[in-house]
Amino acid sequence: MSEHSRRDLLKNLSLTALAAGLSTVDAQHVHQMAADEKKASGGAYKAKAFNDHEYATLRKMNDIIFPGSLEGGTSEFIDLLCSRSPELSAIFTGGFAWTDEQMMKRYKASFVDSKPDQQTEFFDLIAYRKNGAGELGPGVRFFEWIRKMTSDGYYTSAIGIKDLGFMGNKGMAKFEIPAEAIQYALKRSPV
Amino acid sequence: MQARQNSTVHDVVIIGSGAGGGTMVQVLTGLGIKVAVLEAGPMINPAKDYKEHMWPYQVPHRGAGDDGGYYLNRNPYSFGYFNASFGGWQLDGEPYTTAPGSNFRWFRSRALGGRTNHYGRFSFRFSDYDFKPYDRDGLGTNWPLTYDEVAPYYDKAESFIGITGTKENIRSTPDGIFQEPPPPRVHELLVQRASKKLNIPCIPNRMAVITKNHNGRAACHYCGQCGRGCITASNYCSANVQILPAMKTGRVTMINNAMARELITGADGKVTAVSYIDTKTREEKQIRCRTVVVAASACESARLLLNSKSPRHPNGLANSSGVVGRYLTDTVGYSMSAQIPSLKNLPRHDSDGMGGMHVFMPWWLWDKQQQLGFPRGYHIEVGGGFGMPGIGGFHGSCLRYEGYGKKLQDQIREEYGSFVGLSGRGEMIPNENSYCDIDPNVIDKYGIPVLRFSWKWSDYELKQLQHMEQTFSDILTTLGGTVLKSQRTPEQKISVGGEIIHELGTVRMGDDPTKSALNKYNQAHEVKNLFVCDAAPFVSNPDKNPTLTICALAWRTAEYIAEEMRKGNV
Repeated sequence: MSEHSRRDLLKNLSLTALAAGLSTVDAQHVHQMAADEKKASGGAYKAKAFNDHEYATLRKMNDIIFPGSLEGGTSEFIDLLCSRSPELSAIFTGGFAWTDEQMMKRYKASFVDSKPDQQTEFFDLIAYRKNGAGELGPGVRFFEWIRKMTSDGYYTSAIGIKDLGFMGNKGMAKFEIPAEAIQYALKRSPV
Repeated sequence: MQARQNSTVHDVVIIGSGAGGGTMVQVLTGLGIKVAVLEAGPMINPAKDYKEHMWPYQVPHRGAGDDGGYYLNRNPYSFGYFNASFGGWQLDGEPYTTAPGSNFRWFRSRALGGRTNHYGRFSFRFSDYDFKPYDRDGLGTNWPLTYDEVAPYYDKAESFIGITGTKENIRSTPDGIFQEPPPPRVHELLVQRASKKLNIPCIPNRMAVITKNHNGRAACHYCGQCGRGCITASNYCSANVQILPAMKTGRVTMINNAMARELITGADGKVTAVSYIDTKTREEKQIRCRTVVVAASACESARLLLNSKSPRHPNGLANSSGVVGRYLTDTVGYSMSAQIPSLKNLPRHDSDGMGGMHVFMPWWLWDKQQQLGFPRGYHIEVGGGFGMPGIGGFHGSCLRYEGYGKKLQDQIREEYGSFVGLSGRGEMIPNENSYCDIDPNVIDKYGIPVLRFSWKWSDYELKQLQHMEQTFSDILTTLGGTVLKSQRTPEQKISVGGEIIHELGTVRMGDDPTKSALNKYNQAHEVKNLFVCDAAPFVSNPDKNPTLTICALAWRTAEYIAEEMRKGNV
């Protein structure tokens, strides 16, 4: 293959991706596409694994755990997997019900109906393993599940990838590291 | 039931299409010889079957599997959904067993190209001393070959495949024919500096990746995704680089979904046909041959020979020595990683590069081995950089930092790309307790008796692992990283046998037919038209990944077969 056709190939890598409806690197573009799709379908996503209350609870929790994860489609992602796995589904429906019961006891309202500071006050308890030994144990274990799956939904979405600043997956003609990045590390490194 | 047998007699039937089978196809067809290939898996179309360049959000399950199997420890994708492994640690209906007290993992790929679709592509020559291990320290067995006999075939394989690298004149890892390597990534520059301080060489990696256009293949475009398979064939994969091009010559009869069951011998003791199962219909079929090359992967090849019993060959074919299945080894594996403070908040850039490290440390203490307290060496692989985010990528951060919200996001963003991982890959010495044989009680879904693995590391490997641990800790500490010393015992820290996927040695070569199955041309001592051309013939398992040597030895065997055919000997 000649150097010329290789350039075409590199160019085409992104074009092919775009033609397939995929963006190579422009997260904003993908985000926009998702938004357009939602608009076209009337906006409402119908949960497959959860009832309306459970799904509202999932969305609220996702949003608090990783802000931006709703845009990243995290709730849809978790709902999809739970709809195909009774084991995963049980972890979430059980966790939502347990949380609501605790919230009712403490604040006389379900999780979604509580005030934002009550929601975070409660998360500040169950987000830490040190509180896992006693009666909060089921909540601490549930929180580990929803936090890790929220991290997956968020950081595998266009918006999460943009948040991290990942700049790859686009191919390049010559591999080079910017001098700025090298200088940054050398200046700080003990070697 | 009469097995379906076509009357055509093929000159050469090759079983398996990985590095050994692929090289055999390429070299034989290049010499004008027609071959038939049996591959247990399907044909592949790289443009369609490789998931190169896909973002995780392009699949609704993001890579976790349709039923979220990733989260429930039944991940169907052993190396992730996007990887081109076409197989895994377990295959439905094709079990293997382990003997009581043994632990072993066996990775099998079922597709054209086998495990070369996804392998690491590190390509190191064996040293001169690697071919004569017994002469060196009285352990193991010498190869019936010398480095000088193999070197011309390393030259040929490297020239054809295309390997990056630089001339370094390091005895443990000889120089070859190299293409220009890409420069180091930021963390790799730091590792090079730390290594220099510790007097450990850290040199450009030798990868089966082309950095300039080569044999009609496009140069690497540095997307970092070699493991997903390369649509532009810029890395070595036997399917993409050898077999698909060879098929254009019209000299290849490709039979896919064909699981070899038994080699059938005639009155003169030679192999006359291969019995195989059509995995689509589960019918038994036979293909006739003048010469057969078994390249099904070391353990599958041993299994096929052991299952090819006849009154003349009661222990299995080519096994009157009893060595088939014995001397099973894998590479010693151990890893350590640390967060490196100087890489925190590193200015963002595209660090994808080749799909693997750009620098590595070859074994550097070969002349001080006696002072070390363990007999053989290891090389060090380097991980790091801004990898494409994927499922599970941040579970560790979530557990370490706990909490939630913007604070956790900030912590994850700050440390993204600031981890350095080191992996040791060391030589294991064959021992009496590590082997595979046929499990008398278990058959697979095709009715073929399955392998049973027995496994034990020896003190040689455990002591080597302790040296790795100290070295890695020194390097990471020199980088400013904090290493959490693990309290586990060496037995708990060492990789599980088979896990590094360098299992080999099960149909060893040698000069003495009572102690080996094959001669130095990979030809069975007692069945002249039977050759084994994967890593099964290896006599030792140096700390150099086996694929390049599989290719070199298969190339040598292919030329030998062509010459023997010309002379009318096979």
